[in-house]
Amino acid sequence: MEQIALIDLQHIIYSYPDQQGESEPIALALNDVSLQVQQGEYLVLLGHNGSGKSTLARHCNALLIPTGGHALIAGRDSAERSNWRTIRDTVGMIFQNPDNQIIATVVEDDVAWALTVRGLPVRVIEERVAWAMQAVGIMHLRGLPPNKLSGGQRQRLAIAGVLALRPQCIIADEATAQLDPLSRQDIVELLHQLNRDYGLTIIQLTHLLEEAALAQRIVVMEQGKIVMEGPPPQVFSDLERLRALRLAIPEPIELAARLRNAGFRISTGALTVETIAQEILH
Amino acid sequence: MKDAIIVTRDLTYIYQAKNAGPLQKTALSDVSLEIERGSCVAIIGVTGSGKSTLVQHFNGLLRPTSGSVVVDGIEVGSKGVDNAALRQRAGMLFQFPEAQLFERTVYADVAFGPRRMKLRRKEIRARVLRALDLVGLPHGEFAMRNPFELSGGQKRRVALAGVLAMSPSILILDEPTVGLDAGGREEFYAYLKRIKEQQGVTIVLVSHDMAEVAALADWLFVLNEGRLALQGETRTVFNQDGALRTWGLAAPPLNELLAILRKGGMAIPDEINTLEEAFDLLQDLRQISEKGQGTCSRTSL
Repeated sequence: MEQIALIDLQHIIYSYPDQQGESEPIALALNDVSLQVQQGEYLVLLGHNGSGKSTLARHCNALLIPTGGHALIAGRDSAERSNWRTIRDTVGMIFQNPDNQIIATVVEDDVAWALTVRGLPVRVIEERVAWAMQAVGIMHLRGLPPNKLSGGQRQRLAIAGVLALRPQCIIADEATAQLDPLSRQDIVELLHQLNRDYGLTIIQLTHLLEEAALAQRIVVMEQGKIVMEGPPPQVFSDLERLRALRLAIPEPIELAARLRNAGFRISTGALTVETIAQEILH
Repeated sequence: MKDAIIVTRDLTYIYQAKNAGPLQKTALSDVSLEIERGSCVAIIGVTGSGKSTLVQHFNGLLRPTSGSVVVDGIEVGSKGVDNAALRQRAGMLFQFPEAQLFERTVYADVAFGPRRMKLRRKEIRARVLRALDLVGLPHGEFAMRNPFELSGGQKRRVALAGVLAMSPSILILDEPTVGLDAGGREEFYAYLKRIKEQQGVTIVLVSHDMAEVAALADWLFVLNEGRLALQGETRTVFNQDGALRTWGLAAPPLNELLAILRKGGMAIPDEINTLEEAFDLLQDLRQISEKGQGTCSRTSL
């Protein structure tokens, strides 16, 4: 029997409400998008600004409700208001700016915040907070005020706060965009680690191809539609198409493709600086 | 350096809350540097390393706590300095400058600065049209459009035109392409390069994006905790990946790749810095190694 998808988006149509009452029809933000995400999958949603990837992601945890079509999360339809709490506990979300979801004055309290609001027993809260801080590697920062943390550490804190709710899926919406290059790599590694160690489903949104290289599957969006889909080697095999979608091709990947065309034996699976270098060396 | 347009000597800046002894933070310590007229330099460093504090001295938004800053002959912070003149010479494009557009037409927005300079109408008009053409927004097509109806990349170029219309000799750009997509970024670079060539303007770039820095700058200053940690030609600095990492930075991905190849024993000269150069070199190396292997197998026979 086929496994039921954790997230099942069926023919989603969405247009943002007309804010100024202007008469011009507003283009559809999502135009008949269907997407299934399996439990434990690592999916990257790729697309430039305005391609519709954030709008799509917000349908995965009932932050937006489709204008047309259905969004089923763990089998529950987001059109039913009574399902929202369960859906949002199932799928957590982190954003570009971690400061928007940091509330408390001490790291530990911040991780506990959502649990406290839900009125869970103290023992359960303590256990989950400790687990979440451990999982993202901020245990040693537990007593600090969040403003003493670096950007990367604050993003880890935001992830811990979501993780403490024990979701089955975390959506990271351009969660590295405001970070230094090294902290950026750290956060992407952390997401992969959570996926490996805890089987957490990850949906990572980015416009950077280099952050997509290690995904299990890439979905590329443009003008509210899915335009490419597949494992990274397949999606990266059409660099011209990616360029036409206004995505920047990382130079090492471009170099690998050109060397391959020139007869070098470089596999299509070599998509990181490290693996490309190793294949050139051999 | 022959002709320095910006010179700082032992520049130190301390942010200080009024009346609060312990609440002070040294943002810059003893920074001495020179920026050559007509060059494009980049200031890199992690968040909080002092980049923005440094460039805010270049147009007089901040005054040194100690040390000196001389910009195009004007000593910043000295008594009687004409800040308006300084800001006209050192034009600054802030992060997300499109947020500062406010006029109804592109023309009015770009004309705002020159109008404040009390220029003649004709001169203002000439400057606005020239600036729009320079940033790739032909005035015939764009001057009367509403800036809020343009794309993100176009809005940003309107903001750039607004700075250019003041005819600055120095252009300070703080993270100029953050938030633009790849296409918008490429266009922005192309216009910047053209402006630099045609106008001879000096460009000071502050950026996190090492690929951007590699594409634009010929000289780099690396800041770490308010101190000048390293400076040099772009390619020289980017070949020191190890050092950059200790300051929380990383070389652009292509330089990283080449560094690994070097470590793996390939003979890759330091001059190799672009995709084309790397591609040609690797092809040459392969031909050499194939010949080499040929002779090897023959001798072993």
